[in-house]
Amino acid sequence: MTTKRFFAAFLLVSLVLAGIVSFYASAHPDGLEKVAEDKGFNAKERDHSMKDSPLADYGVKGVGDARLSGGLSGVIGVGVVLLAGGGLFWVVRRRGSSAPAAPAPSTASQDA
Amino acid sequence: MTDVHVPDGFINAPVSLAAGAVAVAGVAVALRGARRELDDRTAPLAGLVAAFVFAAQMLNFPVASGTSGHLLGGALAAILVGPYTGVLCVAVVLLVQALLFADGGLTALGVNITVMGLVTVLVGYGVFRGLLRVLPRTRASVAGASFAAAVVSVPGSALVFTAIYAVGGTTEVPLGKVAAAMVGVHVLIGVGEALITAVTVSSVLAVRPDLVYGARGLVRQLELRTTPPTESASASGASA
Repeated sequence: MTTKRFFAAFLLVSLVLAGIVSFYASAHPDGLEKVAEDKGFNAKERDHSMKDSPLADYGVKGVGDARLSGGLSGVIGVGVVLLAGGGLFWVVRRRGSSAPAAPAPSTASQDA
Repeated sequence: MTDVHVPDGFINAPVSLAAGAVAVAGVAVALRGARRELDDRTAPLAGLVAAFVFAAQMLNFPVASGTSGHLLGGALAAILVGPYTGVLCVAVVLLVQALLFADGGLTALGVNITVMGLVTVLVGYGVFRGLLRVLPRTRASVAGASFAAAVVSVPGSALVFTAIYAVGGTTEVPLGKVAAAMVGVHVLIGVGEALITAVTVSSVLAVRPDLVYGARGLVRQLELRTTPPTESASASGASA
């Protein structure tokens, strides 16, 4: 499988999971939330300062259909994380050493 | 969908600040270390891994009556793209979730990055490397070590959260009972985490084994048997 094709497939899997499969996720509280309720250590929990964000709680504000709203928010999230993460990693990466065919005498010193 | 990380108000201000300092230091170390893990090919891969972790975290799976769990992803990211980059993957996901999706308190961001990024990567990748040192160099070993790494990383994370709560919790609660309940439910969540991690790592290994950071030694031995042994990929370029 070519690298390009593999990347495309990997992205497609993430988009399908966030955009479609997420609708069928369990709506029960997660482990932390449940234990916090049971043991009462959520007594002083505060509302989220971003609770009025247009994407708050994994929905798109103004989209009524739950399946569409949740799926759309997931797709947007995958895109934002990919751009933010990919951008960061692209800036951080070491340069000019990914082609093994090219002689890279400077690689060792760059690594240090 | 209530995908809840540590919200605002669980942990008091001083301890939240201290956890924030730990998170900042951890991310700074990760930024330095990630440079060695990332190149023109693995940088986009790492972005895709972060996006995958975000997607998988939306998929809460049932673990017990009335309780769900979701992937944390630290062990998975560390095995796929390296431990330093793995920390950054989880940190980016948590940052986007807190800022855009109101998931995980802003004042709790340091706690969340520490518990779900630093701890899962340290514990998960530590277990993974340790096991690979003693296991035969096969793909099955990598899958098995991935499972074990993930299964341990989740209760490990829950335990560290409980320790932070013991120091900076805002409500007086019986800590022993909280610790037992947290570890108990997170062992179950850990099994889900382990299944997702092992399946994902195995899938990538099946099609592109060269792209799995944690299987680098394995792949090199299988593929480059005809060439003289070299220390690392970058050294091979330099010594040629």
